Amino acid sequence: MRRLWITLTYIVVAVVLFLPLYKIFTGAWADGFSGFADALLRPQSLHALQMTATIVLIVTVVNTLFGVMLAIYLVRASWLSPFAKRLCNSIVDLPFAVSPVIGGLMIVLLLGPNTVLGTMFNNLGVQIVYALPGMVLATLFVTFPIMVREVMPVLQEIGDQQEQAATTLGAYSWYTFWKVTWPNIRFAVMYGVVLTVARSLGEFGAVLVVSGNIINKTQTATTLVYQDVENFNVVAANGIALVLAAFSIMLLLLMEWTKKRKEVH
Amino acid sequence: MNSLFRSKPWSYSFRTIVFIYFIGLIIIPIVGIYTQSFSQGLASFIDSLSDPLAWKAVLLTVKLAAIATLINVLLGTMIGWVLTRYEFVGKSILNSVIDLPFALPTAVAGFILLLLVGPSSLFYEWFGLDLVFHEPAIVIAMMFVTFPFVIRGLQPLLEELDQSEEEAAYTLGSSKTRTFFQIILPTMLPGILSGAMLAFSRAIAEFGAVVLIAGNIPGKTLVASVYIFGEIESNNPHGAAAVSVLLLSISFLILWFIHKLNRGGQA
Repeated sequence: MRRLWITLTYIVVAVVLFLPLYKIFTGAWADGFSGFADALLRPQSLHALQMTATIVLIVTVVNTLFGVMLAIYLVRASWLSPFAKRLCNSIVDLPFAVSPVIGGLMIVLLLGPNTVLGTMFNNLGVQIVYALPGMVLATLFVTFPIMVREVMPVLQEIGDQQEQAATTLGAYSWYTFWKVTWPNIRFAVMYGVVLTVARSLGEFGAVLVVSGNIINKTQTATTLVYQDVENFNVVAANGIALVLAAFSIMLLLLMEWTKKRKEVH
Repeated sequence: MNSLFRSKPWSYSFRTIVFIYFIGLIIIPIVGIYTQSFSQGLASFIDSLSDPLAWKAVLLTVKLAAIATLINVLLGTMIGWVLTRYEFVGKSILNSVIDLPFALPTAVAGFILLLLVGPSSLFYEWFGLDLVFHEPAIVIAMMFVTFPFVIRGLQPLLEELDQSEEEAAYTLGSSKTRTFFQIILPTMLPGILSGAMLAFSRAIAEFGAVVLIAGNIPGKTLVASVYIFGEIESNNPHGAAAVSVLLLSISFLILWFIHKLNRGGQA
């Protein structure tokens, strides 16, 4: 019985997870190394990868800062009533339930070229939709809950006794944060960062809607894969997909590493 | 007492900035899409939804997502069980690789599935089954992206399950099957349920993995998220917003239910 279950598990995992990985690692070399290199060195590929890197960087920094602060407020703040905390706590999760395409649509509806706000920003010389700011906003929306969800349980678990002790002993609030709170939450924050990077690297639907997918302007790595497939340029798509998959596997290993560290504390 | 943010002038501005960000990024867009879709009156909202292509797309999405979730519940329960209960070679590798669908970009996932079961694949040559551009391909895509949810929902509960309860059942002469259904399954059920609901809400929202392999034939393989995308592309934001509101409301209901379920489990 037990043998049977273990074998079945191996078969399912092999078919569902290992087979796709194998396919992507072999498919990119279908035209030899030069095919792979050509796919990657096209100007649009380089530009798309650079675009993705920019978005990942901005989103991760902003999301980490605001996520950690909001988590601290939602757990610790005494100026928020319990009801307000519960309400905010439920609202934080909403982006998880929103289809990425709808997330993109929301931003187009609010800030698109035909809207009041969009025209206002346009007059100021800032284009939001079909440009980088909109894509960053869309990715921020999609990744928002990740950091809050990782940090909040840890803050709840450690309690605020140590922080109070530090304050009683005369530590300033900033000092208390760095010396008392941060060491406790740092692995949760790191785990959140890894998840945020993974999600923003792979974000597709929201970015596709907001960016308009303009080659060499607003195209990201994932939307380039989409376009290559639509153009039946399978080998090129496979090259970019391989790069993205390699990053995902690295992130997966990091996830494992931080998860173990997180559990020690 | 909150010791971190004692009343200092800058702590007030911090609070304000964080909450403006929160409201601006999350609340305003969601409220915005609801007001947009009703901005031309209820009649126009109903009109957008009664387009046969629109409601067929939503129905198809719900149906296929339910199938994908069911498959995941069965496979996920088995894998979650094996990974917590048995010791065997390669267990930790399997356990780490489970999260792969979360780390892999969904567009890449869709692309690989296209390679694996598409018209030029070995699978097609061997079995002659034309999956791509038909419903099974969409189910496979939804299943792949939501694969980890049930397993990850289940594992913590199985780890916490008190072995002595199980042993007690055996000592009292209960059979293996009976113990499983009366002792083990009730413990696992909340995890399976919340995992399944997360998987379902993710599956009805999925876009990247589906758009490449569904073929998007209106009325046949066009799922809701792809329909919304098409409406945006053809410059009909109101139709897109109406279907979005319907889809969002389903997802919010599920999310609310998960919240309730989790709170019930903790109490």
